[in-house]
Amino acid sequence: MFAYIARRALLIFITVLGAIILLFILFQFMPGDMATILLGPRASESLIESYRVRMGLDQPVYIQIFRYLSNVLRGDLGTDVLNHLPVSGLILNVLPNTIILAFSAIFMACLLGIPLGVFSASNQGSFFDYLTGFLSISMITIPHFLAGILLLLIFAVYLGWFPAMGAGQSGDIFNQLYHLVLPATALGLGWVGYIARLTRATVLEELRADYVRTARAKGLKERIVLYKHVLRCSIIPVIAVIGVGFGNLMGGAVLIEIVFHRPGLGYMIYRAIATRNFPVLQGGLIVAIFLYALANFAADLSYAFIDPRVRGE
Amino acid sequence: MTNEKVIENKSPKKRKSKFKKVITRPSGLIGSVMVLLILLTAIFAPIIAPRDPFQINVMNRFEGPGRDFRLGTDDIGRDLLSRIIYGSRIALTVAIPAIIFGVILGLFLGIMAGYSSEKVDSSLIVFFDILRSMPALIFAIVVLTMIGPSVYVLPIIMGVTRVPIYGRLIRASTLMIKNNEYVVASHALGGSKMRTMFKHILPNVVAPLFIQAAMDIPVMITFEAGLSFLGLGVPPPAPSWGHILRTGYLNVRHAPHIVIYGGLALIIATLGFTLLGETLRDVFDPRLQRKGEL
Repeated sequence: MFAYIARRALLIFITVLGAIILLFILFQFMPGDMATILLGPRASESLIESYRVRMGLDQPVYIQIFRYLSNVLRGDLGTDVLNHLPVSGLILNVLPNTIILAFSAIFMACLLGIPLGVFSASNQGSFFDYLTGFLSISMITIPHFLAGILLLLIFAVYLGWFPAMGAGQSGDIFNQLYHLVLPATALGLGWVGYIARLTRATVLEELRADYVRTARAKGLKERIVLYKHVLRCSIIPVIAVIGVGFGNLMGGAVLIEIVFHRPGLGYMIYRAIATRNFPVLQGGLIVAIFLYALANFAADLSYAFIDPRVRGE
Repeated sequence: MTNEKVIENKSPKKRKSKFKKVITRPSGLIGSVMVLLILLTAIFAPIIAPRDPFQINVMNRFEGPGRDFRLGTDDIGRDLLSRIIYGSRIALTVAIPAIIFGVILGLFLGIMAGYSSEKVDSSLIVFFDILRSMPALIFAIVVLTMIGPSVYVLPIIMGVTRVPIYGRLIRASTLMIKNNEYVVASHALGGSKMRTMFKHILPNVVAPLFIQAAMDIPVMITFEAGLSFLGLGVPPPAPSWGHILRTGYLNVRHAPHIVIYGGLALIIATLGFTLLGETLRDVFDPRLQRKGEL
């Protein structure tokens, strides 16, 4: 087990490192030189040149990459070219918004998806089962951002029940939760479907197990058999999927944050692209990639924990 | 689940053809009808569309659905129905080449990883992992920002993000069959590595990939719409569904019909392809089922 964890951790390190290097190479091809952006189009040639030297932009790419990597390892992600604030501070400001969004989406998905799955498994073949199946697949296929726009249209524009944009006032938890409802629903909707289907499949599998027959034979109520015995066993794969889900949600969060103008990591990256703010873009991407890799790592670990065959891969 | 049981219980004589199996399942039937609808719309777009999707009519901006414009007009008075109809062409002409590109690259790299030396294998695995470690949407946003929106580059970038998935799938199947007698025989008879890889291994590993690829069509349609929604996908004035949704989103307060109808088209396409893809998977390769659900 330990060897497996170590191997996966090393692999994360290599992939994040590789991703950083890949990003750096990609950035070399990006139109718009950082010095020109910072100093404006009217800056003289000599001023731009001296800035390039000061920032190390005149050095060969591999030296730039090495410098950047050693800075990243020390927690320094560079400085915002527009307002001269450290990028790491900017990211720490918006990151909680994204993480809260992703967690509440997953939370909501479990809250709705697990009971739906259990219920349709226990009524296999019924009308309700088919309805849940169809609803699940519809929820999975509807794109996050489209769900976001439609929720915005219905609940913010027509009904006016929820605010349309922002993350709420900082410090006011109820206001923040209020602002969280629509984006989290939009992001979690697809996962309601996934989790409902997965729960249904695992519950159906478990229902054939011997211990279920024993429990029924000793006269336990069906509800107790389902929720106390079966669910406990069939929930494990669902938990494992949540790790994968969290990683995927990081990607989906970008569009949702844009739709709801929610200041998070994705929105920050999007703004940084629009304003060609390279240090912010680079820092934001690295943090996003790191979180994504971390979530996948957690998912791998939970799989390995549940299924011993994975470890000896 | 129930459908599978029904099929198992039948005697071998009564087994239906695979095509019939797909059509007789409710999800397969609904999916096929929706996919057929989208395909026919795309093929016969010039005949079906009531108006020119590019014709600007500033006098008729943001008109609601009515007699002149069945589904209303957009921000510069273009006919929404015609744009949605032509949008099906854009969705398919981006999604399908993207899948083909990803399949070809994934197939090639996957077989190479499975059949080559350990060094090649592990470096390809690390390459797959690096690609997989980037959230696909963010990766596409970065690259497209660099080179600007382009119809030709878009499918390539979208396809690249699927390469790790296809590559790993093919690698796993290659590893499973690489010690089979016909592969060893080809090698022993002096067949070159290329010949063994592409003449003997490829035909035997490709089937699950096709199913996975079919299931990825809705993913790619969504991907393209998302990128176009951000203004990074197909460049305007092409009537991409993502563009239509962007226009609708920006004017959601006074012209909600754009979002509703544009969204409906996207939902029909993704739902139809998903239903059909899942039924195909269940009929042709039930073993893939669990993986697809994750």
